[in-house]
Amino acid sequence: MTTTSLEHGKDRGASLQQQRARAAFWFLAPMLVALFCVAAWPLLRTIYFSFTNTSLDNLYGGHLIGFGNYLRWRTMPSGAVRYYGTLVDPDWWNAVWNTVRFAIVSVSFETVLGMIVALVLNAEFKGRGLVRAAILIPWAIPTIVSAKMWAWMLNDQYGIINDLAVKLHLLDHKLAWTASTDTAMIAVLIVDIWKTTPFMALLCLAGLQMIPRDIYEATKIDGINPIRVFFKVTLPLVRPALMVAVIFRMLDALRIFDLVYVLTPNSSATKTMSVISRENMFDFAHFAYGAAQSTLLFTMLAIFVLLFVWIGKVDLTGETNR
Amino acid sequence: MTAQALIGKILFYILVFIIVVVSVFPFYYAIVTSFASGSQLFQINYWPPSLDLTNYNTVLFARNFPRSVLNSLFIATTTVVFALFLAVTASYALARVRFRGRGLLLVTILAVSMFPQIAVLAGLYELVRFLGLYNTPWAMILSYTIFTLPFTVWVLTTFMRDLPIEIEEAAIVDGATPWVIITQVFLPLLWPALVTTGLLAFIGAWNEFLFALTFTIQETQRTVPVAIALLSGASVQEIPWGPIMAASVVVTVPLVVLVLIFQRKIVAGLTAGGVKG
Repeated sequence: MTTTSLEHGKDRGASLQQQRARAAFWFLAPMLVALFCVAAWPLLRTIYFSFTNTSLDNLYGGHLIGFGNYLRWRTMPSGAVRYYGTLVDPDWWNAVWNTVRFAIVSVSFETVLGMIVALVLNAEFKGRGLVRAAILIPWAIPTIVSAKMWAWMLNDQYGIINDLAVKLHLLDHKLAWTASTDTAMIAVLIVDIWKTTPFMALLCLAGLQMIPRDIYEATKIDGINPIRVFFKVTLPLVRPALMVAVIFRMLDALRIFDLVYVLTPNSSATKTMSVISRENMFDFAHFAYGAAQSTLLFTMLAIFVLLFVWIGKVDLTGETNR
Repeated sequence: MTAQALIGKILFYILVFIIVVVSVFPFYYAIVTSFASGSQLFQINYWPPSLDLTNYNTVLFARNFPRSVLNSLFIATTTVVFALFLAVTASYALARVRFRGRGLLLVTILAVSMFPQIAVLAGLYELVRFLGLYNTPWAMILSYTIFTLPFTVWVLTTFMRDLPIEIEEAAIVDGATPWVIITQVFLPLLWPALVTTGLLAFIGAWNEFLFALTFTIQETQRTVPVAIALLSGASVQEIPWGPIMAASVVVTVPLVVLVLIFQRKIVAGLTAGGVKG
């Protein structure tokens, strides 16, 4: 009698588990199908296109040509070997260099400035809510709108930045910020840092607020210099949150498209990997070549993430600390 | 108060002042410019020179700008509803049911949310062409799923993990099926999270540029960012700064108001998501 009821109970437990697992499968299935259609399949098709000679007007007319879009060579009658393809394309490497430079500089500035803003917001003072509301404004403005706003502010003749800088004697003449090759990248950096520092600041702030207040009380009693406290106590404690924020920002910066496209159109000084690959795909008739470039970008990002997670031991899912 | 502490306090407030001015000034300046007319545009004004509505008239009653606003509203709303619908059930499964491969699935979803959009552009273009969606709002609704869906799933999963287990256990004892648990028990509790996540996904869809630029060809099909980016004057040299600023203000004010109203919730959602906003 006892055994049967026990077994019965076990049975019910198992079936409940099974029932839940089955339900979970059906709950996940629609999302998985949707993600397959919009992410996995298009990615596979992009990679496939990169190995073909498909053109934009005839998507199904291409055939496989191997690594030709990446690298191919031909021996000239004279015996000299000439190389073709993305991997020997100076425009592509210029775009890679632009992107990497942009990502490293912008994320470094955003992290430091974001941390400063977060430290300010973490202090108690009158009008803190107002400051937090103010820093959300750049974040809320669409990228295209901020690109246009800044393009106007950075205008060579009528821009307010040139006016201010000349009046304050920071510049001796007005600069063509977005048009000149020397300053185009600086213009893109200014706008990106302005727009994204708030996001960084909010993530840093969330990290700072998890540090128990009594740690600070203790350091105060011991009379430790605040700067020392920041580097020895605060920074190590917010490091995990900071690492996750940095990796997300890096990935975002490495795929930047809209800001560069609108703020500095057709400038070789700022053209990024995303911009050049879209240009090849849709503006020039090099669909498969552009697909090869976007595949390269994807591969580089994937390697970057794996290295970062592996070296930094970053726990992205937040699963282990639960 | 010692002199040192006083100086520290003054420096602190100077820093606060700089942060506020730098954050707010560009938007303020866009508003100033949008009210300037004709030649006023080419003097540098720190205050609105007049309250001239010419630029707003140009934008709101001419060209296809109102149409673009409607396009964007329709696309962003549909995308968000679709994403939330799929995400609620999926995140229940991810947050509350233990099954093999859950960690891997979470990492995959996170990976998709970090996809460079350019990497799927060629494949999506083919798909959009194949389905006959090119130059229609549905092309954007389909393609925006790639970032709205992983984001909503991710944030809702973190929210749902934090719901107390006792509620669910009580429901199970009462014989509730998982579907009933989601719709009758969890959904009422998840309201705030749904509003936040939906709003963030809406902002993402409203601001998207790359897909909207690539999948539309006619001016009538453009979304707001594409319309603003491609707003041109009579000639190439003549950029209509006044109307551009007016259009920018029109589409940004609602967003800024929404963000300021929901700021606490948005901060919570952003930090839970960790994903770009």
